[in-house]
Amino acid sequence: MSETIAPTATHGAAVLSARSTKLPDVKLMMWVFLASDCMFFGTLIGTYLVYNGRSLVGPGPLDVLDIPLTTVSTFVLLMSSFLMVLALHSLRQNDISKFRLWTFGVAFFGAIFLGFQIYEFRHFVELGMTLQGNLFGTTFYVLTGTHGVHVTIGVLWLLSILVHSYIHPWTSKDEVYLEVAGLYWHFVDIVWIVIFTVVYLVEFV
Amino acid sequence: MAIGKVGGADYEPHGAGGDALLQRPAGYAGIASWLTTVDHKRLGILYILTSFMFMGFASIEAFLIRLQLLSPNNTLLSPDVYNQMFTMHGVTMVFLAIMPLGIGFANYMVPLQIGARDLAFPRLNAFGYWAYLAGGLFLYTSFFLGGAPDVGWFAYAPLTSLSNNPGLGTDFYMIGLFVGGIGTLVTAMNLIVTIVNMRAPGMTMMRVPVFTWLMLVTSFLIIFAFPPLTIALFQVIMDRSFGTLFYVPEAGAMPILWQHLFWIFGHPEVYIIILPAFGVISEIIPTFSRKPLFGYPVIILSGIFIGFMGFAVWTHHMFTTGLGPVVNTAFALTSFVIGIPTGVKVFNWLGTMWGGKIVFTTSMLYAVAFLVTFTLGGVTGIMLAVPPFDAQAQDSYFVVAHFHFVMGGGALLSFFAALFYWFPKMTGRMISERLGKISFWLLVPGFYVIFFPQHFLGLMGMPRRTQTYVEGIGLEIWNQVSTFGTFIMGAGMLLLAFAVLSAFRNGRPAGNDPWDGRTLEWSTTSPPPYYDFDRQPVVNDRDAHWVQKYPESVHGERVPESASLPYDAGGIHIPGASWYPFLAAVAMLPMSYGLLYNNWWVLGISLLGIVLATYGWALEGVGGKHIHIDHGGADHGRHREETDA
Repeated sequence: MSETIAPTATHGAAVLSARSTKLPDVKLMMWVFLASDCMFFGTLIGTYLVYNGRSLVGPGPLDVLDIPLTTVSTFVLLMSSFLMVLALHSLRQNDISKFRLWTFGVAFFGAIFLGFQIYEFRHFVELGMTLQGNLFGTTFYVLTGTHGVHVTIGVLWLLSILVHSYIHPWTSKDEVYLEVAGLYWHFVDIVWIVIFTVVYLVEFV
Repeated sequence: MAIGKVGGADYEPHGAGGDALLQRPAGYAGIASWLTTVDHKRLGILYILTSFMFMGFASIEAFLIRLQLLSPNNTLLSPDVYNQMFTMHGVTMVFLAIMPLGIGFANYMVPLQIGARDLAFPRLNAFGYWAYLAGGLFLYTSFFLGGAPDVGWFAYAPLTSLSNNPGLGTDFYMIGLFVGGIGTLVTAMNLIVTIVNMRAPGMTMMRVPVFTWLMLVTSFLIIFAFPPLTIALFQVIMDRSFGTLFYVPEAGAMPILWQHLFWIFGHPEVYIIILPAFGVISEIIPTFSRKPLFGYPVIILSGIFIGFMGFAVWTHHMFTTGLGPVVNTAFALTSFVIGIPTGVKVFNWLGTMWGGKIVFTTSMLYAVAFLVTFTLGGVTGIMLAVPPFDAQAQDSYFVVAHFHFVMGGGALLSFFAALFYWFPKMTGRMISERLGKISFWLLVPGFYVIFFPQHFLGLMGMPRRTQTYVEGIGLEIWNQVSTFGTFIMGAGMLLLAFAVLSAFRNGRPAGNDPWDGRTLEWSTTSPPPYYDFDRQPVVNDRDAHWVQKYPESVHGERVPESASLPYDAGGIHIPGASWYPFLAAVAMLPMSYGLLYNNWWVLGISLLGIVLATYGWALEGVGGKHIHIDHGGADHGRHREETDA
């Protein structure tokens, strides 16, 4: 018995057929990560709800939250998910220029959302709501801030994909890598819908 | 086929590896090859060795605790140092010794048991190990930087607030566990993908070896239980470094939230520790009883049931916090219920031994000791699940005795069993059975001498975590017995360490299958070649290797199907070594110190370093090489259809 060592070409497709579920590892990994991330956000949202209304000093949610403004940023984030679907579709169709356009669109819309969030945070601080001021400030900034970090990572990820698609031209064979980024992006979007409902809308019911 | 044969000259990376920023080391020798290794076997060994190193630290701490309690009004340790000792003992054993031991064995054995080449994400696996090591070392530097954590292993708020605890110890606890926890999380995710997606052809889920199955359940527990802990740690870090109010009662916060979050993590953590132990026992008892595991599906299903119920019992740690009779009753009931699948498993193991031809190797001795000790710990667990009893025993040595019976006598003894069982596979050498048995007969009786009297001490009212006790209230004798036991158990552990270390050099050669094993890891060489299997194993039944060796015992006269296939024309893919996981994890050390000393420059630069390492990691690609094993005239074509089926 002897062994020879030889470099070989890519092995993506061959590996997939050998997988027990016929699914790519990266996709399963993303699902597992998102399952875990649910618990991260669940804990933060739980903390927010437990402390809701327990602040000893103001300002409270009704004093600072601006539903129309945040509705606009929420709409922008939702539309970015729509663009994500278009980007993946274009890549699958091997329509690379559209894929690049839509991917840029997703990142751009995500950046707009982040801009809104930065504006919102600065505005809230001007209104006297700080991280250290009361429990509402503490739980609000840490929850929405963690979400903002997720969006930031998503934007950087998508921009990296965009740049990479020029350096190592992407084709429909690379779709799984965009799909995984898409899963992440949609998840972050869904989390925002929960946060928008729980933190913003319910306060005004 | 020796490992050293893969020299630098033969190594030709593909992908982006050739023009990489950091040269990927080739070959299997030298320090660099260990720092950059992505091989699950090497990482498994690193995990196990590191766990034992931390266990050594924790044993010294435990020994000091027992010496302090040897006599009433003893002044060997000041109350402050005593607090640090029991805190670090608990944190170390739970987070840095026992849990990583299970993960270490899983790292080594899971791919071998399912016939895979490695984990699904080898570099992420390396990152998980280095993050665990970084978190652990960071935590231990606290001894030299102003004092170790002294808030107990569950660090209840508001004891951890800046005003109540201005020293750095609490920050070390929070940041250290945060960093280590990230490593545990990614490794668990990695194991899930591996077990779900990389099983050998024919290995359906109900043919997966029990250890691997229970590691799957454990990994799910980790990915759902660690986030609440991580967030809770993050909240305290925010409180202490950025002035947030999460656990500041003066601002209206409820410190009991920490208890909820901690135990929502903490109770599953108990099962994260014990389920791999159950898995180990479920491998060892059938092997040494010469019988298939009795009730394999029941073991699996009760394991899954334990996994679910593990999330539904957390407030039994909080019966005395005043949650009210309804909550206490509900959680008492769920705690009784979780005893059922655990008891079922014990009967499964007894049923496996019943009528078997039992071989009492050291490994089997430890497994049997596990059965007895764990059952005793389980019985006191059910007692503590009764709220009125718990109200009496809460925070007493009875609780200490209980969890040392389940964690030490349960998890630890089973991992000693695993060490004796799998050491020959990992090193190709046997541990001396004679030394092993002597160490067993010191270690286990020593364990009982230490911990059994602690039940009495608890029922007599001795509180845990108290630095000393007054004379004349009847606590002296059992404390002295307990301390005396540490010498016996300590001698056993030292002997065990000596037996293991000398076996590395002088152990007699093990051969591929010294125990006449049942699962796939015994079908390859000891130690396995770096590519694990010469041919792709094919699984036709449970106990895949056993069926192949003794087809008549399972299939009667039927000729078994082939148990392996040649790897396809692409050969066996060996992923390339990489510096980036190591660098990303090491960068978390300055990050931790930056956070500790509120030095935002150090923190920022380290975070930037982590981001850069991540990009380097992503852009270098998997890399590596493909190797081809020449079998010399093997029937390559014959089984090709079976893979596609």
